Amino acid sequence: MSVFGASIKRREDPALITGKGKYTDDLVRPGMCFAAIVRSPHAHARIMSIDTSEAATAPGVIAVFTGQDLVRGEAGGVVPTCWLLPNLVTPDHPILAKDLVRHVGDGVAVVVAENRYQAHDAAELVEVDYDPLDAVTDVVAALEPGAPQVHAEAEGNLAFDWDLGDKEKTEAAFSQAAHTVSVDLRNSRLIPHAVEPRGALAEWDDAKGELTVWVTSQNPHVHRLLMTLASIGLPEHKIRVIAPEVGGGFGSKIHHYPDEAIAAWCAMNTGRPVKWVATRSETNLTDAHGRDHASHAEMALDAEGRIIGLKVETKAAMGAYLSTFAPSVPTYLYGTLLSGQYDIPAIHVRTLGAFTHTTPVDAYRGAGRPEATFLIERIMDLGAAKMGLDPGDFRRKNFIAPDAFPYATQVALEYDSGNYGPALDRALEMVGYQALRDEQAERRKSGDGKLLGIGLSTFIEACGLAPSQVVGSLGAQAGLWESAKVRVHPTGTITVYSGSSGHGQGHETTFAQIVADRLAVDVDQVEVVQGDTREVQFGMGTYGSRSAAVGGSAISEAVDKVIAKGKKIAAHLLEASPDDIVFEDGAFHVQGVPAKTQAWGDVVLQAYLAHNYPDDLEPGLEETAFYNPANFTYPFGAHIAVVEIDRDTGHVELRQYACCDDVGNVINPMIVEGQVHGGLAQGIGQALWEEAVYDDYGQLLTGTLMDYALPRAHMLPSFDTDRTVTPCPHNPLGVKGVGEAGTIASPAAVTNAVVDALSTFGVEHLDMPLTSEKVWRAMNQSGNGQG
Amino acid sequence: MFPGNFEYVRAGNLKEALTLLSGEDCKALAGGHSLIPLLKQRLAQPAKLVDISGLDELKGVTVEAGKARVGALTTHRELAASEALQGAAQVLSEAASKVGDPQVRNRGTLGGNIAHADPASDLPAVLLALDAEVSIVGPNGSRSTKADGFFSGLMDTDLAENEVISHVEFSSLGAGDASAYCKFEHPASGYAICGAAAVIRGSEVRLAFNGVAAVPFLASAVGDSLSGSDLSDAAIDSALSALEHDDPLSDLHASAEYRLHLAKVYGGRALRAARDRRG
Ligand SMILES: Cc1cc2nc3c(=O)[nH]c(=O)nc-3n(C[C@H](O)[C@H](O)[C@H](O)COP(=O)(O)OP(=O)(O)OC[C@H]3O[C@@H](n4cnc5c(N)ncnc54)[C@H](O)[C@@H]3O)c2cc1C
Repeated sequence: MSVFGASIKRREDPALITGKGKYTDDLVRPGMCFAAIVRSPHAHARIMSIDTSEAATAPGVIAVFTGQDLVRGEAGGVVPTCWLLPNLVTPDHPILAKDLVRHVGDGVAVVVAENRYQAHDAAELVEVDYDPLDAVTDVVAALEPGAPQVHAEAEGNLAFDWDLGDKEKTEAAFSQAAHTVSVDLRNSRLIPHAVEPRGALAEWDDAKGELTVWVTSQNPHVHRLLMTLASIGLPEHKIRVIAPEVGGGFGSKIHHYPDEAIAAWCAMNTGRPVKWVATRSETNLTDAHGRDHASHAEMALDAEGRIIGLKVETKAAMGAYLSTFAPSVPTYLYGTLLSGQYDIPAIHVRTLGAFTHTTPVDAYRGAGRPEATFLIERIMDLGAAKMGLDPGDFRRKNFIAPDAFPYATQVALEYDSGNYGPALDRALEMVGYQALRDEQAERRKSGDGKLLGIGLSTFIEACGLAPSQVVGSLGAQAGLWESAKVRVHPTGTITVYSGSSGHGQGHETTFAQIVADRLAVDVDQVEVVQGDTREVQFGMGTYGSRSAAVGGSAISEAVDKVIAKGKKIAAHLLEASPDDIVFEDGAFHVQGVPAKTQAWGDVVLQAYLAHNYPDDLEPGLEETAFYNPANFTYPFGAHIAVVEIDRDTGHVELRQYACCDDVGNVINPMIVEGQVHGGLAQGIGQALWEEAVYDDYGQLLTGTLMDYALPRAHMLPSFDTDRTVTPCPHNPLGVKGVGEAGTIASPAAVTNAVVDALSTFGVEHLDMPLTSEKVWRAMNQSGNGQG
Repeated sequence: MFPGNFEYVRAGNLKEALTLLSGEDCKALAGGHSLIPLLKQRLAQPAKLVDISGLDELKGVTVEAGKARVGALTTHRELAASEALQGAAQVLSEAASKVGDPQVRNRGTLGGNIAHADPASDLPAVLLALDAEVSIVGPNGSRSTKADGFFSGLMDTDLAENEVISHVEFSSLGAGDASAYCKFEHPASGYAICGAAAVIRGSEVRLAFNGVAAVPFLASAVGDSLSGSDLSDAAIDSALSALEHDDPLSDLHASAEYRLHLAKVYGGRALRAARDRRG
């Protein structure tokens, strides 16, 4: 059996599950000391004075710095945003606040001490005199006249006002509609919660003028570039950024945070290696949060129930500062997905980005696409109800037909491929849909104490970020290609250097599978290196379900070049023309003359012995490819949730969850399934339990895991997963990406199930999380349903 | 998160523990599953921790001559697994089995749980429903107090700084008696948003709640109206419909109104479960 497509075990795991993985906090450097950051307890306040004298003389303290100290030269001292929308307001984000703090957790000073206990003890001694100011944390309130201002330069707290689609055409569609439905909804704010908290270890080599930063990063080259351009200002070849083992990210470790720049400044100013690692409470206050939208959506239908128009207005929180990719999330990663799997002839979306006195918001697993999917899949259920149709039938009626691909949506994407019916059919079959509907009718009739609900979510995502020309034209300040270098050693073993930067996904295994399959070598002969700017050529990193589709394709193209070079060597050895050489089953031979063969190992060895080469053949066997995808990839699927609600308490229990995803070709089914499971847990978590909540003063009420409800294994059913396979037509591997599918699809599936269960109470919509009390109130306050 | 500096000493026996605890700014450490989190958040910063977890004299369950005696250092896991308690007070095992997760149950203790007196803890209501006595030793000897008077406020008890809970005692349940604990969990912490402990002893019914208010409480009116009744569903529902509290807790996860509603639902479930368990 081919190694591509085999569920081989992850080679990463033995070290990780036996505690031998080396994460940032496991690293020790000679003379290393520790930093603790003093953070604002206020959401909005003027810093009147900072007295560091007591902290500076506390035991073990090496240095104390404030925002005033951490500026040097022209560049430096701020973290930038990298996705510039038209008319985007981009206030500075200083790495330590200078005069104003803008969210609870904003850094104001840093203490460096011999050990982390002393650093934290002394941090308590830094006296900051604050003059507290009014704060605004709610995205809708922030845009209202008279709201407290987050930045003087952003009038009315507006960061941007963006739209996409054809407004007039959409209005015209609504004027012809036979039916319309509308919904006001919130997409709740989430805190990422990677198991490994963020951290950085910085070491300054004064003699060479070189800085090394080990950081919990999903994209070390991007971190290095931003340190050069904005936060540190050293030339790029004098900074080395290393992402050692990284324990999860979900987007939260894409961004360049102040903290790693602070650690670097401390190292440069003390001459000692400085480690900073967030406490769990600190991560909750400072890791970029996700989602936080307030939207109004309307859908226009013709008399037969076909969708003829969709209009959406969304207010999206940016938080106190624009994080690295924040402006792209509620715009190009959101508005572009609002056509879903449906043939919608007119769409218009407007997004207002708002500053709030909260932790910044940026990409979090799915980034924009879960928000789009939640909105469209919710309003699809409202449309189905309006038309009196089963939600599956209503969706099917509006699916883009299988022969309509490539399909250009009204919101700037061209779907390259798709076939949505079979995945829905399969998912319905997996849950036993008709039997469930019968059971539901039966229970309703008997007045059962448990209400049954069934929810569908047929979703699409744009993954494999991203075709460089497209994202460049949309405001990204860089293309989103990926690089790979394949180095074949003289004895035939191989090292792959990938610009992707895995942090739990299993790249070391799947990337080796790609190479082993192409070159017909044993998978154990292939090693994968990633996450170090000195070892790896420039790369864009891991996020947006891009690593297989873009990083993997880069590897495949580098392998093509290796094979092409191998053919030249074989041609030389076989005294034939390179054009006549074919590579098959791990050997080079002359086309049509199988006897004239050179084994892989012989060719590779000759590449390095190379003592009788013709002039035009270079020694060595090592090739690099920079792969730029032609388009996004478009994974899709159908997810179905089945819930039971306790009539007495409103408690929702997820009874069953089935999904049929189409992620294109599959490199390692076990890893794909793991990705789906993890994604589902996060999406279901948002639907039922998770929410970051601020009070009116800007205090995070859900700042610990005692209040922020993460899903745990016992809260979830055993998932039933399946796949259809529609290969991606435009990349060499036919893969589409799977990292975000579960998170994108499941919030809508679960919410639709809960609303379905409550439909007899006249409930049409509930915002996430669907807490017991919220559901109980819905049953007891609205309508006159049974029970 | 990092605790402030503290000293640590391990007591070899109860007498030594009491001597050590009579020092300035000391705190007893049992399983550490409530105290250590407070230290890490710097909500408590005692100068010295006196580790009492090695004191065998404060461990274990004995049931003899109609009396059950449970040592303060008995862990949740031991309570949950205790065969003797299945007959003597199933409600205590059942509640202990619903505390936290296996790690918490392996370390956390009955004494620590009631001394800490978190309003959302599971064991306080159980002691109220069992009409237990809490035995306390201090520098001036030992004393005991009814569970009903022990819990005095939000995370506050009748315990003095330098005292140690030695054990808890109650009359064991007999044939024909029954008890049950039903819990509505907080989705994040797993603590009780509402925990209801019901004990039916002969014709006497006692029902108590955790999680609903700042202090665990006995729903005496409910118990009184059900004592001697047939415990039919109708009787239970009618008794509970009168359940009231002046000041239920209210937070992000459950408003006061909802908590009181849950108390009625879970009170009913605990009473029915106990009723149905009677021989
Ligand atoms: C993740 C987690 C989940 C939890 N979930 C639950 C839950 O669902 N339900 C629940 O009820 N509890 C829960 N707990 C708390 C748990 O039950 C604790 O173990 C218990 O509350 C405290 O017992 P301890 O032995 O750990 O006490 P410690 O933490 O050692 O001490 C707590 C307090 O009691 C004092 N103390 C301890 N023993 C004595 C004694 N014999 N005499 C006098 N004072 C004493 C200490 O000085 C301290 O003030 C949870 C804890 C954690 C960490």
